[in-house]
Amino acid sequence: MIEVRELTKYFGARAAIRELNFDIRPGEVVGFVGLNGAGKTTTLKILGCVLLPSSGQVRVDGLEVTAEPHEVRRKIGFLPDVPPLYDEMTVGGYLAFAARLRGVSGRDAPARVQESEDKLALRDMHDEIISTLSYGYRQRVGVAQALVHRPRLLILDEPAAGLDPVQIVEMRNLIRRLRGEHTVLISSHFLAEISQTCDRLLVIQAGEIVAQGTEEELAASLGTAGEIEVALRGPAATALEVARKVPGVLDAQIAHSAAHETVLKIRAREDCRPEIARALVLAGHQLLRLDRGASRLESIFIELSHRERLS
Amino acid sequence: MRATLLIARRELGSYLRTMSGYIIAAAVLLVDGILWNAFALGAQQDKHSAEVLSDFFYFSSGTTMIAAVFLAMRLVAEERQNGTLVLLTSSPVRDREIILGKFFSAFTFLAMVTLATAFMPALIMVNGKLSIGQVAAGYLGLLLLGSAALAIGTLGSALARSQVLAAIISGAMLVGLIVVWLLAAVSERPLNDVFLALALWGRHFPPFQAGVINLRDVAYYLLVTYFALFAATRVLEARRWQ
Ligand SMILES: Nc1ncnc2c1ncn2[C@@H]1O[C@H](COP(=O)(O)OP(=O)(O)O)[C@@H](O)[C@H]1O
Ligand SMILES: [Mg+2]
Repeated sequence: MIEVRELTKYFGARAAIRELNFDIRPGEVVGFVGLNGAGKTTTLKILGCVLLPSSGQVRVDGLEVTAEPHEVRRKIGFLPDVPPLYDEMTVGGYLAFAARLRGVSGRDAPARVQESEDKLALRDMHDEIISTLSYGYRQRVGVAQALVHRPRLLILDEPAAGLDPVQIVEMRNLIRRLRGEHTVLISSHFLAEISQTCDRLLVIQAGEIVAQGTEEELAASLGTAGEIEVALRGPAATALEVARKVPGVLDAQIAHSAAHETVLKIRAREDCRPEIARALVLAGHQLLRLDRGASRLESIFIELSHRERLS
Repeated sequence: MRATLLIARRELGSYLRTMSGYIIAAAVLLVDGILWNAFALGAQQDKHSAEVLSDFFYFSSGTTMIAAVFLAMRLVAEERQNGTLVLLTSSPVRDREIILGKFFSAFTFLAMVTLATAFMPALIMVNGKLSIGQVAAGYLGLLLLGSAALAIGTLGSALARSQVLAAIISGAMLVGLIVVWLLAAVSERPLNDVFLALALWGRHFPPFQAGVINLRDVAYYLLVTYFALFAATRVLEARRWQ
Protein backbone atom coordinates (compact mmCIF):
# COMPACT_ATOMS: atom_id res chain seq x y z
CA MET A 1 0.00 0.00 0.00
CA ILE A 2 2.70 2.49 1.02
CA GLU A 3 6.38 2.13 0.19
CA VAL A 4 8.71 4.75 1.58
CA ARG A 5 12.32 4.75 0.39
CA GLU A 6 15.13 7.00 1.58
CA LEU A 7 12.64 9.77 2.31
CA THR A 8 14.38 12.98 3.35
CA LYS A 9 13.08 16.47 3.99
CA TYR A 10 15.23 19.48 4.68
CA PHE A 11 13.93 22.77 6.05
CA GLY A 12 16.77 25.08 5.16
CA ALA A 13 19.95 23.29 6.16
CA ARG A 14 18.25 21.17 8.83
CA ALA A 15 16.87 17.74 8.07
CA ALA A 16 13.48 17.19 9.71
CA ILE A 17 13.51 13.58 8.53
CA ARG A 18 16.43 11.59 7.16
CA GLU A 19 16.37 8.57 4.85
CA LEU A 20 13.20 6.96 6.16
CA ASN A 21 12.40 3.47 4.90
CA PHE A 22 9.24 1.58 5.71
CA ASP A 23 6.34 -0.29 4.15
CA ILE A 24 2.70 -0.51 5.08
CA ARG A 25 0.63 -3.40 3.81
CA PRO A 26 -3.00 -3.10 2.75
CA GLY A 27 -5.41 -3.31 5.67
CA GLU A 28 -2.81 -2.70 8.35
CA VAL A 29 -3.31 -0.24 11.17
CA VAL A 30 0.11 1.23 11.87
CA GLY A 31 1.09 3.55 14.70
CA PHE A 32 3.72 6.20 14.06
CA VAL A 33 5.24 7.16 17.38
CA GLY A 34 7.82 9.70 18.37
CA LEU A 35 8.40 12.58 20.74
CA ASN A 36 7.43 16.12 19.76
CA GLY A 37 9.68 17.37 16.99
CA ALA A 38 10.68 13.86 15.93
CA GLY A 39 9.38 14.40 12.40
CA LYS A 40 5.95 12.73 12.44
CA THR A 41 4.01 15.65 11.01
CA THR A 42 6.61 16.25 8.31
CA THR A 43 6.46 12.61 7.21
CA LEU A 44 2.67 12.46 7.23
CA LYS A 45 2.36 15.73 5.28
CA ILE A 46 4.54 14.23 2.57
CA LEU A 47 2.45 11.05 2.51
CA GLY A 48 -0.68 13.23 2.45
CA CYS A 49 0.64 15.03 -0.65
CA VAL A 50 0.65 18.49 0.88
CA LEU A 51 4.42 18.78 1.30
CA LEU A 52 7.08 17.89 -1.25
CA PRO A 53 10.11 15.86 -0.11
CA SER A 54 13.71 16.96 -0.66
CA SER A 55 14.62 13.49 -1.87
CA GLY A 56 13.52 9.88 -1.74
CA GLN A 57 10.39 8.12 -2.97
CA VAL A 58 6.93 7.52 -1.63
CA ARG A 59 4.67 5.14 -3.52
CA VAL A 60 1.01 4.69 -2.69
CA ASP A 61 -0.53 1.71 -4.48
CA GLY A 62 2.42 1.81 -6.84
CA LEU A 63 1.87 5.49 -7.71
CA GLU A 64 4.73 7.89 -7.12
CA VAL A 65 3.51 10.72 -4.88
CA THR A 66 5.50 13.49 -6.56
CA ALA A 67 4.74 12.31 -10.10
CA GLU A 68 1.01 11.65 -9.74
CA PRO A 69 -0.17 13.61 -6.72
CA HIS A 70 -3.71 13.88 -8.04
CA GLU A 71 -4.23 10.15 -8.35
CA VAL A 72 -2.69 9.59 -4.93
CA ARG A 73 -4.86 12.28 -3.28
CA ARG A 74 -7.97 10.50 -4.49
CA LYS A 75 -6.95 7.40 -2.55
CA ILE A 76 -6.02 9.22 0.64
CA GLY A 77 -7.88 10.76 3.54
CA PHE A 78 -5.69 13.09 5.54
CA LEU A 79 -6.22 14.62 8.96
CA PRO A 80 -3.44 17.18 9.55
CA ASP A 81 -2.21 18.03 13.06
CA VAL A 82 -4.61 21.00 13.08
CA PRO A 83 -8.04 19.86 11.79
CA PRO A 84 -8.80 21.97 8.68
CA LEU A 85 -12.26 23.16 9.74
CA TYR A 86 -14.19 26.11 8.32
CA ASP A 87 -15.66 27.55 11.50
CA GLU A 88 -18.60 29.33 9.89
CA MET A 89 -19.96 26.22 8.13
CA THR A 90 -22.32 23.58 9.48
CA VAL A 91 -20.93 20.09 10.05
CA GLY A 92 -23.07 18.68 7.24
CA GLY A 93 -22.24 21.49 4.82
CA TYR A 94 -18.56 21.16 5.56
CA LEU A 95 -18.47 17.39 5.08
CA ALA A 96 -20.43 17.69 1.83
CA PHE A 97 -17.91 20.26 0.59
CA ALA A 98 -15.01 17.96 1.51
CA ALA A 99 -16.69 15.04 -0.28
CA ARG A 100 -17.32 17.07 -3.43
CA LEU A 101 -13.71 18.31 -3.44
CA ARG A 102 -12.52 14.68 -3.49
CA GLY A 103 -14.69 13.93 -6.50
CA VAL A 104 -17.87 12.51 -4.92
CA SER A 105 -20.80 13.44 -7.15
CA GLY A 106 -23.51 15.81 -5.94
CA ARG A 107 -25.97 12.94 -5.96
CA ASP A 108 -23.84 10.64 -3.78
CA ALA A 109 -22.59 13.33 -1.41
CA PRO A 110 -25.51 13.34 1.11
CA ALA A 111 -25.25 9.57 1.59
CA ARG A 112 -21.48 9.76 2.09
CA VAL A 113 -21.86 12.59 4.56
CA GLN A 114 -24.38 10.55 6.52
CA GLU A 115 -22.14 7.51 6.43
CA SER A 116 -19.16 9.40 7.85
CA GLU A 117 -21.33 11.12 10.46
CA ASP A 118 -22.58 7.71 11.56
CA LYS A 119 -19.05 6.35 11.85
CA LEU A 120 -18.00 9.21 14.09
CA ALA A 121 -21.23 9.55 16.05
CA LEU A 122 -21.85 13.02 14.63
CA ARG A 123 -25.41 12.56 13.45
CA ASP A 124 -26.87 14.93 16.01
CA MET A 125 -24.34 17.58 15.03
CA HIS A 126 -25.29 17.68 11.35
CA ASP A 127 -26.79 21.17 11.50
CA GLU A 128 -24.47 22.64 14.13
CA ILE A 129 -22.11 25.46 13.21
CA ILE A 130 -18.55 24.16 13.58
CA SER A 131 -17.37 27.12 15.69
CA THR A 132 -19.88 26.12 18.40
CA LEU A 133 -18.50 22.57 18.75
CA SER A 134 -16.34 21.42 21.65
CA TYR A 135 -12.76 20.37 21.06
CA GLY A 136 -13.58 16.66 21.03
CA TYR A 137 -16.29 17.10 18.41
CA ARG A 138 -14.04 19.27 16.26
CA GLN A 139 -11.46 16.52 16.27
CA ARG A 140 -14.13 14.04 15.16
CA VAL A 141 -15.29 16.27 12.34
CA GLY A 142 -11.64 16.35 11.31
CA VAL A 143 -11.56 12.55 11.10
CA ALA A 144 -14.95 12.50 9.33
CA GLN A 145 -13.64 14.81 6.60
CA ALA A 146 -10.72 12.45 6.06
CA LEU A 147 -12.93 9.43 5.37
CA VAL A 148 -16.00 10.99 3.76
CA HIS A 149 -14.87 9.99 0.25
CA ARG A 150 -14.13 6.40 1.33
CA PRO A 151 -10.35 6.53 0.80
CA ARG A 152 -8.39 3.29 0.94
CA LEU A 153 -5.69 4.93 3.02
CA LEU A 154 -6.27 7.09 6.08
CA ILE A 155 -3.49 9.25 7.46
CA LEU A 156 -4.29 10.71 10.86
CA ASP A 157 -1.85 13.09 12.55
CA GLU A 158 -2.34 12.93 16.33
CA PRO A 159 -6.13 12.54 16.29
CA ALA A 160 -6.17 12.06 20.06
CA ALA A 161 -3.94 14.99 20.99
CA GLY A 162 -5.55 17.26 23.54
CA LEU A 163 -8.50 14.98 24.24
CA ASP A 164 -9.50 14.06 27.78
CA PRO A 165 -9.26 10.41 28.92
CA VAL A 166 -12.90 9.64 28.08
CA GLN A 167 -12.57 11.14 24.63
CA ILE A 168 -9.33 9.23 24.06
CA VAL A 169 -11.17 5.97 24.71
CA GLU A 170 -13.95 7.05 22.35
CA MET A 171 -11.47 8.01 19.64
CA ARG A 172 -9.71 4.68 20.09
CA ASN A 173 -12.99 2.82 19.59
CA LEU A 174 -13.79 4.89 16.54
CA ILE A 175 -10.45 4.07 15.00
CA ARG A 176 -10.90 0.40 15.78
CA ARG A 177 -14.09 0.45 13.75
CA LEU A 178 -12.15 1.75 10.74
CA ARG A 179 -10.08 -1.42 10.63
CA GLY A 180 -10.91 -3.59 7.64
CA GLU A 181 -12.29 -0.75 5.55
CA HIS A 182 -9.16 1.35 5.45
CA THR A 183 -5.44 1.05 5.75
CA VAL A 184 -4.61 3.41 8.60
CA LEU A 185 -1.46 5.29 9.57
CA ILE A 186 -1.91 7.15 12.81
CA SER A 187 0.64 9.19 14.72
CA SER A 188 1.03 9.98 18.37
CA HIS A 189 3.64 11.28 20.77
CA PHE A 190 2.12 9.08 23.45
CA LEU A 191 2.74 5.39 22.90
CA ALA A 192 0.12 3.94 25.22
CA GLU A 193 -2.55 5.98 23.45
CA ILE A 194 -2.26 4.07 20.20
CA SER A 195 -0.49 0.79 20.98
CA GLN A 196 -3.82 -0.93 21.64
CA THR A 197 -5.28 0.19 18.33
CA CYS A 198 -2.37 -0.69 16.09
CA ASP A 199 -1.08 -3.87 14.49
CA ARG A 200 2.39 -2.51 14.26
CA LEU A 201 4.43 0.44 15.45
CA LEU A 202 7.01 2.62 13.76
CA VAL A 203 9.15 4.53 16.20
CA ILE A 204 10.68 7.74 14.92
CA GLN A 205 13.36 9.60 16.78
CA ALA A 206 15.07 12.80 15.63
CA GLY A 207 14.03 12.23 12.04
CA GLU A 208 14.98 8.55 11.84
CA ILE A 209 13.08 5.32 12.27
CA VAL A 210 14.78 3.66 15.23
CA ALA A 211 12.55 0.62 15.59
CA GLN A 212 9.55 -1.04 14.02
CA GLY A 213 7.41 -4.07 14.69
CA THR A 214 4.69 -5.23 17.04
CA GLU A 215 4.80 -4.29 20.67
CA GLU A 216 6.20 -7.76 21.47
CA GLU A 217 8.88 -7.51 18.83
CA LEU A 218 9.98 -4.12 20.05
CA ALA A 219 10.13 -5.35 23.62
CA ALA A 220 12.10 -8.44 22.57
CA SER A 221 14.58 -6.50 20.47
CA LEU A 222 15.30 -4.27 23.44
CA GLY A 223 15.52 -7.14 25.87
CA THR A 224 12.70 -5.72 27.95
CA ALA A 225 10.50 -8.81 27.57
CA GLY A 226 11.27 -9.99 31.08
CA GLU A 227 10.65 -6.79 33.02
CA ILE A 228 8.70 -7.57 36.14
CA GLU A 229 7.46 -5.38 38.92
CA VAL A 230 6.75 -6.73 42.41
CA ALA A 231 5.09 -5.01 45.34
CA LEU A 232 5.42 -6.67 48.73
CA ARG A 233 5.42 -6.11 52.47
CA GLY A 234 8.46 -7.10 54.46
CA PRO A 235 12.14 -6.21 54.69
CA ALA A 236 13.29 -4.86 51.34
CA ALA A 237 16.89 -6.02 51.52
CA THR A 238 16.08 -9.68 52.06
CA ALA A 239 13.40 -9.56 49.34
CA LEU A 240 16.06 -8.32 46.96
CA GLU A 241 18.37 -11.17 47.97
CA VAL A 242 15.63 -13.72 47.36
CA ALA A 243 14.59 -12.27 43.99
CA ARG A 244 18.17 -12.20 42.70
CA LYS A 245 18.58 -15.90 43.45
CA VAL A 246 15.61 -16.98 41.33
CA PRO A 247 16.93 -18.76 38.21
CA GLY A 248 16.60 -16.60 35.09
CA VAL A 249 16.67 -13.29 36.94
CA LEU A 250 19.39 -11.02 35.59
CA ASP A 251 19.04 -8.09 37.90
CA ALA A 252 16.77 -6.75 40.63
CA GLN A 253 16.52 -3.31 42.16
CA ILE A 254 14.45 -1.54 44.76
CA ALA A 255 12.31 0.91 42.86
CA HIS A 256 10.93 2.43 46.00
CA SER A 257 10.52 1.43 49.59
CA ALA A 258 8.08 2.65 52.21
CA ALA A 259 6.81 1.30 55.52
CA HIS A 260 3.75 -0.33 54.03
CA GLU A 261 5.07 -1.34 50.62
CA THR A 262 8.31 -2.10 48.81
CA VAL A 263 8.44 -2.17 45.02
CA LEU A 264 11.11 -4.20 43.23
CA LYS A 265 11.97 -3.93 39.56
CA ILE A 266 13.29 -7.18 38.20
CA ARG A 267 14.88 -7.93 34.87
CA ALA A 268 14.77 -11.53 33.79
CA ARG A 269 15.71 -13.51 30.70
CA GLU A 270 12.08 -14.40 30.24
CA ASP A 271 8.80 -14.05 32.02
CA CYS A 272 9.43 -15.95 35.26
CA ARG A 273 6.69 -14.51 37.44
CA PRO A 274 5.58 -17.86 38.96
CA GLU A 275 9.09 -18.68 40.17
CA ILE A 276 9.53 -15.25 41.70
CA ALA A 277 6.19 -15.44 43.45
CA ARG A 278 6.94 -18.84 44.92
CA ALA A 279 10.38 -17.81 46.11
CA LEU A 280 9.15 -14.64 47.81
CA VAL A 281 6.24 -16.31 49.55
CA LEU A 282 8.44 -19.19 50.73
CA ALA A 283 10.83 -16.61 52.19
CA GLY A 284 7.94 -15.23 54.25
CA HIS A 285 7.17 -12.02 52.36
CA GLN A 286 3.65 -10.78 51.92
CA LEU A 287 3.08 -10.45 48.20
CA LEU A 288 0.81 -7.52 47.22
CA ARG A 289 1.18 -7.28 43.49
CA LEU A 290 3.15 -8.90 40.69
CA ASP A 291 3.03 -7.84 37.06
CA ARG A 292 5.03 -7.34 33.94
CA GLY A 293 6.69 -3.91 33.82
CA ALA A 294 3.79 -1.59 34.57
CA SER A 295 4.14 0.86 31.71
CA ARG A 296 6.01 -1.50 29.52
CA LEU A 297 5.46 0.51 26.39
CA GLU A 298 6.59 3.73 27.92
CA SER A 299 9.77 2.05 29.06
CA ILE A 300 10.37 0.82 25.51
CA PHE A 301 9.92 4.32 24.33
CA ILE A 302 12.15 5.89 26.93
CA GLU A 303 14.73 3.20 26.31
CA LEU A 304 14.74 3.96 22.61
CA SER A 305 15.04 7.70 23.13
CA HIS A 306 17.82 7.08 25.58
CA ARG A 307 19.83 4.89 23.24
CA GLU A 308 19.46 7.47 20.54
CA ARG A 309 20.81 10.17 22.76
CA LEU A 310 23.79 8.07 23.86
CA SER A 311 24.80 7.09 20.35
CA MET B 1 -13.55 23.83 -13.44
CA ARG B 2 -15.86 21.83 -11.18
CA ALA B 3 -13.51 22.34 -8.25
CA THR B 4 -13.19 26.05 -9.10
CA LEU B 5 -16.95 26.50 -8.87
CA LEU B 6 -17.15 24.46 -5.68
CA ILE B 7 -14.49 26.56 -4.02
CA ALA B 8 -15.99 29.81 -5.33
CA ARG B 9 -19.42 28.89 -4.01
CA ARG B 10 -18.14 27.96 -0.57
CA GLU B 11 -16.04 31.09 -0.41
CA LEU B 12 -18.93 33.32 -1.42
CA GLY B 13 -21.03 31.64 1.26
CA SER B 14 -18.38 32.51 3.82
CA TYR B 15 -18.51 36.22 2.81
CA LEU B 16 -22.26 36.07 3.42
CA ARG B 17 -22.05 34.08 6.66
CA THR B 18 -19.38 36.16 8.36
CA MET B 19 -19.26 39.80 9.37
CA SER B 20 -16.28 40.88 7.27
CA GLY B 21 -18.18 40.79 3.98
CA TYR B 22 -21.02 42.94 5.31
CA ILE B 23 -18.64 45.36 6.94
CA ILE B 24 -16.78 45.91 3.67
CA ALA B 25 -20.04 46.26 1.73
CA ALA B 26 -21.44 48.72 4.24
CA ALA B 27 -18.21 50.74 4.26
CA VAL B 28 -18.15 51.01 0.47
CA LEU B 29 -21.76 52.14 0.29
CA LEU B 30 -21.30 54.61 3.15
CA VAL B 31 -18.11 56.17 1.80
CA ASP B 32 -19.48 56.36 -1.73
CA GLY B 33 -22.66 57.92 -0.37
CA ILE B 34 -20.76 60.57 1.58
CA LEU B 35 -18.52 61.40 -1.39
CA TRP B 36 -21.58 61.48 -3.63
CA ASN B 37 -23.20 64.05 -1.38
CA ALA B 38 -20.06 66.13 -1.07
CA PHE B 39 -18.83 66.03 -4.66
CA ALA B 40 -21.78 65.50 -6.90
CA LEU B 41 -24.72 67.05 -5.11
CA GLY B 42 -22.95 69.68 -3.03
CA ALA B 43 -20.85 72.65 -4.18
CA GLN B 44 -22.08 74.05 -7.46
CA GLN B 45 -25.57 72.96 -8.36
CA ASP B 46 -25.20 73.77 -12.02
CA LYS B 47 -22.83 70.94 -12.96
CA HIS B 48 -23.54 68.96 -16.09
CA SER B 49 -24.91 65.47 -15.56
CA ALA B 50 -21.95 64.00 -17.46
CA GLU B 51 -19.54 65.77 -15.13
CA VAL B 52 -21.37 64.57 -12.03
CA LEU B 53 -21.26 61.03 -13.34
CA SER B 54 -17.57 61.29 -14.17
CA ASP B 55 -16.87 62.51 -10.62
CA PHE B 56 -18.85 59.59 -9.26
CA PHE B 57 -16.78 57.04 -11.17
CA TYR B 58 -13.62 58.91 -10.21
CA PHE B 59 -14.08 58.45 -6.47
CA SER B 60 -15.74 55.07 -6.85
CA SER B 61 -12.57 53.79 -8.50
CA GLY B 62 -10.73 54.59 -5.26
CA THR B 63 -13.23 52.87 -2.97
CA THR B 64 -13.37 49.87 -5.32
CA MET B 65 -9.60 49.38 -5.16
CA ILE B 66 -9.54 49.69 -1.39
CA ALA B 67 -12.49 47.30 -1.03
CA ALA B 68 -10.70 44.85 -3.33
CA VAL B 69 -7.64 44.79 -1.09
CA PHE B 70 -9.76 44.15 2.00
CA LEU B 71 -11.85 41.49 0.28
CA ALA B 72 -8.81 39.67 -1.10
CA MET B 73 -6.54 39.80 1.94
CA ARG B 74 -8.24 36.85 3.64
CA LEU B 75 -8.46 34.61 0.57
CA VAL B 76 -5.31 32.54 1.06
CA ALA B 77 -3.66 34.07 4.13
CA GLU B 78 -6.62 33.37 6.45
CA GLU B 79 -6.76 29.75 5.35
CA ARG B 80 -3.05 29.38 5.90
CA GLN B 81 -3.38 30.97 9.36
CA ASN B 82 -6.26 28.67 10.33
CA GLY B 83 -4.73 25.57 8.78
CA THR B 84 -7.75 25.05 6.51
CA LEU B 85 -5.71 25.40 3.32
CA VAL B 86 -4.64 21.78 3.84
CA LEU B 87 -8.22 20.67 3.11
CA LEU B 88 -7.79 22.07 -0.40
CA THR B 89 -4.15 21.11 -0.97
CA SER B 90 -4.72 17.51 0.18
CA SER B 91 -7.64 17.12 -2.25
CA PRO B 92 -7.32 16.29 -5.94
CA VAL B 93 -7.59 19.96 -6.88
CA ARG B 94 -5.09 22.00 -8.87
CA ASP B 95 -3.52 25.07 -7.33
CA ARG B 96 -4.85 27.01 -10.30
CA GLU B 97 -8.38 25.94 -9.41
CA ILE B 98 -7.91 27.02 -5.80
CA ILE B 99 -6.73 30.50 -6.82
CA LEU B 100 -9.40 30.90 -9.51
CA GLY B 101 -12.20 29.74 -7.21
CA LYS B 102 -11.16 32.22 -4.56
CA PHE B 103 -10.78 35.03 -7.06
CA PHE B 104 -14.21 34.39 -8.60
CA SER B 105 -15.93 34.46 -5.23
CA ALA B 106 -14.31 37.75 -4.26
CA PHE B 107 -15.07 39.20 -7.69
CA THR B 108 -18.72 38.21 -7.48
CA PHE B 109 -19.00 39.84 -4.09
CA LEU B 110 -17.21 42.99 -5.23
CA ALA B 111 -19.42 43.17 -8.32
CA MET B 112 -22.56 42.92 -6.17
CA VAL B 113 -21.35 45.71 -3.91
CA THR B 114 -20.27 47.87 -6.83
CA LEU B 115 -23.55 47.45 -8.68
CA ALA B 116 -25.43 48.22 -5.47
CA THR B 117 -24.13 51.80 -5.76
CA ALA B 118 -26.11 52.24 -8.98
CA PHE B 119 -28.89 54.07 -7.18
CA MET B 120 -26.60 57.09 -6.84
CA PRO B 121 -26.15 57.78 -10.57
CA ALA B 122 -29.83 56.87 -10.98
CA LEU B 123 -30.62 59.89 -8.78
CA ILE B 124 -29.33 62.12 -11.57
CA MET B 125 -32.50 61.34 -13.46
CA VAL B 126 -34.45 63.31 -10.85
CA ASN B 127 -33.28 66.64 -12.26
CA GLY B 128 -30.95 65.87 -15.13
CA LYS B 129 -30.37 63.71 -18.16
CA LEU B 130 -28.59 60.40 -17.70
CA SER B 131 -26.49 58.81 -20.41
CA ILE B 132 -26.96 55.07 -20.07
CA GLY B 133 -23.86 54.53 -22.22
CA GLN B 134 -21.69 56.50 -19.83
CA VAL B 135 -23.08 54.64 -16.82
CA ALA B 136 -22.45 51.27 -18.50
CA ALA B 137 -18.90 52.24 -19.49
CA GLY B 138 -18.18 53.58 -16.03
CA TYR B 139 -19.34 50.40 -14.33
CA LEU B 140 -17.42 48.25 -16.80
CA GLY B 141 -14.34 50.28 -15.89
CA LEU B 142 -15.00 49.83 -12.17
CA LEU B 143 -15.41 46.07 -12.57
CA LEU B 144 -12.24 45.76 -14.65
CA LEU B 145 -10.23 47.89 -12.24
CA GLY B 146 -11.72 45.92 -9.35
CA SER B 147 -10.78 42.65 -11.02
CA ALA B 148 -7.17 43.77 -11.45
CA ALA B 149 -6.99 45.03 -7.86
CA LEU B 150 -8.53 41.79 -6.55
CA ALA B 151 -6.04 39.70 -8.51
CA ILE B 152 -3.19 41.73 -7.03
CA GLY B 153 -4.81 41.30 -3.62
CA THR B 154 -4.99 37.55 -4.18
CA LEU B 155 -1.29 37.51 -5.00
CA GLY B 156 -0.56 39.47 -1.81
CA SER B 157 -2.69 37.04 0.17
CA ALA B 158 -0.84 34.05 -1.30
CA LEU B 159 2.51 35.63 -0.43
CA ALA B 160 1.72 36.68 3.13
CA ARG B 161 1.67 34.67 6.31
CA SER B 162 -1.11 36.73 7.88
CA GLN B 163 -4.08 38.76 6.67
CA VAL B 164 -2.67 42.06 7.92
CA LEU B 165 0.56 41.42 6.09
CA ALA B 166 -1.43 40.47 2.99
CA ALA B 167 -3.29 43.78 3.05
CA ILE B 168 -0.01 45.67 3.43
CA ILE B 169 1.72 43.80 0.59
CA SER B 170 -1.25 44.14 -1.77
CA GLY B 171 -1.70 47.80 -0.86
CA ALA B 172 1.97 48.45 -1.58
CA MET B 173 1.78 46.67 -4.94
CA LEU B 174 -1.33 48.65 -5.91
CA VAL B 175 0.11 52.00 -4.88
CA GLY B 176 3.29 51.09 -6.74
CA LEU B 177 1.34 50.35 -9.90
CA ILE B 178 -0.60 53.60 -9.58
CA VAL B 179 2.34 55.92 -8.94
CA VAL B 180 4.20 54.52 -11.92
CA TRP B 181 2.07 57.14 -13.61
CA LEU B 182 3.89 59.91 -11.71
CA LEU B 183 7.21 58.56 -12.96
CA ALA B 184 6.02 59.19 -16.48
CA ALA B 185 5.84 62.90 -15.73
CA VAL B 186 9.51 63.09 -14.78
CA SER B 187 10.98 60.72 -17.37
CA GLU B 188 12.06 61.06 -21.01
CA ARG B 189 10.28 60.02 -24.12
CA PRO B 190 10.29 56.26 -24.76
CA LEU B 191 10.39 55.47 -21.07
CA ASN B 192 7.45 57.63 -20.05
CA ASP B 193 5.22 55.87 -22.57
CA VAL B 194 6.06 52.56 -20.95
CA PHE B 195 5.27 53.97 -17.52
CA LEU B 196 1.98 55.35 -18.78
CA ALA B 197 0.99 52.05 -20.34
CA LEU B 198 1.83 50.19 -17.14
CA ALA B 199 0.08 52.45 -14.66
CA LEU B 200 -3.01 50.94 -13.11
CA TRP B 201 -5.13 54.07 -13.15
CA GLY B 202 -3.61 57.09 -14.89
CA ARG B 203 -4.20 56.45 -18.57
CA HIS B 204 -6.52 53.46 -18.50
CA PHE B 205 -9.34 54.46 -16.19
CA PRO B 206 -10.33 58.05 -17.15
CA PRO B 207 -11.76 57.02 -20.55
CA PHE B 208 -14.30 54.76 -18.81
CA GLN B 209 -15.22 57.67 -16.55
CA ALA B 210 -16.08 59.72 -19.61
CA GLY B 211 -18.03 56.88 -21.20
CA VAL B 212 -15.39 55.76 -23.68
CA ILE B 213 -14.49 52.07 -23.93
CA ASN B 214 -11.10 51.41 -25.53
CA LEU B 215 -10.12 47.86 -26.31
CA ARG B 216 -6.60 48.78 -25.17
CA ASP B 217 -7.81 49.64 -21.65
CA VAL B 218 -10.01 46.56 -21.36
CA ALA B 219 -7.11 44.35 -22.48
CA TYR B 220 -4.80 46.04 -19.98
CA TYR B 221 -6.98 45.25 -16.98
CA LEU B 222 -7.58 41.68 -18.13
CA LEU B 223 -3.84 41.16 -18.57
CA VAL B 224 -3.04 42.52 -15.12
CA THR B 225 -5.69 40.17 -13.69
CA TYR B 226 -4.24 37.23 -15.59
CA PHE B 227 -0.62 37.84 -14.61
CA ALA B 228 -1.40 38.47 -10.95
CA LEU B 229 -3.48 35.27 -10.70
CA PHE B 230 -0.79 33.33 -12.55
CA ALA B 231 1.81 34.59 -10.07
CA ALA B 232 -0.47 33.73 -7.15
CA THR B 233 -0.79 30.16 -8.47
CA ARG B 234 2.97 29.89 -8.72
CA VAL B 235 3.37 31.13 -5.16
CA LEU B 236 0.91 28.51 -3.93
CA GLU B 237 2.79 25.80 -5.83
CA ALA B 238 6.10 26.93 -4.38
CA ARG B 239 4.65 26.81 -0.84
CA ARG B 240 4.31 23.05 -1.19
CA TRP B 241 8.02 22.90 -0.46
CA GLN B 242 7.64 24.49 2.98
N1 LIG C 1 7.80 24.43 8.00
C1 LIG C 1 8.90 24.18 8.73
N2 LIG C 1 9.99 24.98 8.63
C2 LIG C 1 11.09 24.72 9.35
N3 LIG C 1 11.24 23.70 10.21
C3 LIG C 1 10.20 22.86 10.37
C4 LIG C 1 8.97 23.06 9.64
N4 LIG C 1 8.12 22.07 9.99
C5 LIG C 1 8.77 21.31 10.90
N5 LIG C 1 10.02 21.77 11.12
C6 LIG C 1 11.02 21.16 12.02
O1 LIG C 1 11.13 19.80 11.71
C7 LIG C 1 11.23 19.00 12.88
C8 LIG C 1 10.13 17.94 12.88
O2 LIG C 1 8.89 18.55 13.09
P1 LIG C 1 7.51 17.77 13.03
O3 LIG C 1 7.49 16.94 11.81
O4 LIG C 1 6.44 18.78 13.17
O5 LIG C 1 7.59 16.85 14.32
P2 LIG C 1 6.44 16.10 15.13
O6 LIG C 1 5.20 16.14 14.32
O7 LIG C 1 6.96 14.71 15.30
O8 LIG C 1 6.30 16.80 16.43
C9 LIG C 1 11.12 19.95 14.05
O9 LIG C 1 12.42 20.18 14.54
C10 LIG C 1 10.55 21.21 13.47
O10 LIG C 1 11.04 22.33 14.12
MG1 LIG D 1 3.30 16.90 14.89
